[in-house]
Amino acid sequence: MNTSTPHIEVMRSQLGRARGLGAGQSGTAHWWAERASAASLLPLSTWFVVQMFRLGGADHAEVARWGAKPCNATMLAAVIITTFYHAQVGLQVIVDDYVHGKAHLPTRLAVKIVTSLLGLLGVFAVIKLVAGGSSGK
Amino acid sequence: MQDIRKALYVGSRSDGTLIERPMSPHLQVYRYRLSMVLSISNRITGVIATGGAALGVFWLGAAAKGPKAFATARKVTGNPLGQLVLLGWLGSVVYHTVGGIRHLIWDAGYRFDKEEVNKDGPVAVKVTAGVSAVLGIALLCVAGRRRRARVKAGKAS
Repeated sequence: MNTSTPHIEVMRSQLGRARGLGAGQSGTAHWWAERASAASLLPLSTWFVVQMFRLGGADHAEVARWGAKPCNATMLAAVIITTFYHAQVGLQVIVDDYVHGKAHLPTRLAVKIVTSLLGLLGVFAVIKLVAGGSSGK
Repeated sequence: MQDIRKALYVGSRSDGTLIERPMSPHLQVYRYRLSMVLSISNRITGVIATGGAALGVFWLGAAAKGPKAFATARKVTGNPLGQLVLLGWLGSVVYHTVGGIRHLIWDAGYRFDKEEVNKDGPVAVKVTAGVSAVLGIALLCVAGRRRRARVKAGKAS
């Protein structure tokens, strides 16, 4: 666009062009998802920090034994899922705010894909620990 | 087509000639306030916390994979550079948690007046520094003690 001389490019009224650019009708759901996951993460991450005190400097056998307990595995999976869900929702807002034009959609998809894959990796690691697949090897 | 919002930046004078409307001034015109640093820090620490969580998942994956992979992971978490990264992660998570709690309080409709926000900012910084330092030192002590105990017991780490 030629920015030096102001001009109108499309023969549509300015109101007509602006219409439909307002709220996308789904903003509150996103906002709530961010808050609900944030509030859930308060007790979950507190649990995780406490567990890190139990595991600081632990060797593989100790970690494997810890991760194989059903209660620990449940909490661990909950921490992982909630963390990456919250990260996904939060990073999307950052991308929406700072990435414009053609790069916006690919960046947004990349955020979704990467956070989902990381969450899945964590969950499958937990499943493997519960199944005891790593003990004794 | 370009950004459609640009259409709204073109207006017309009373004589009919077109004029580019002024845009609102950007960040650099504002006087420095602590609250604006804390605000952007919440986002930055959120991104760092995500990176740390990714490392955490790799650590867990190594534990699931077996003793050999876990030994490699411990080489990373055990060396000074790795511990510096872990401390950065810890500090980021603590600040993001403190900032998140402030956001939840604001969302509930409290502590949102200018005086209250300006009063709470330094408190948030102090709480973050205190909690991070205590947790960091305590975790280092616990890890160090367990490692020494294992060496004493004659087990290879």
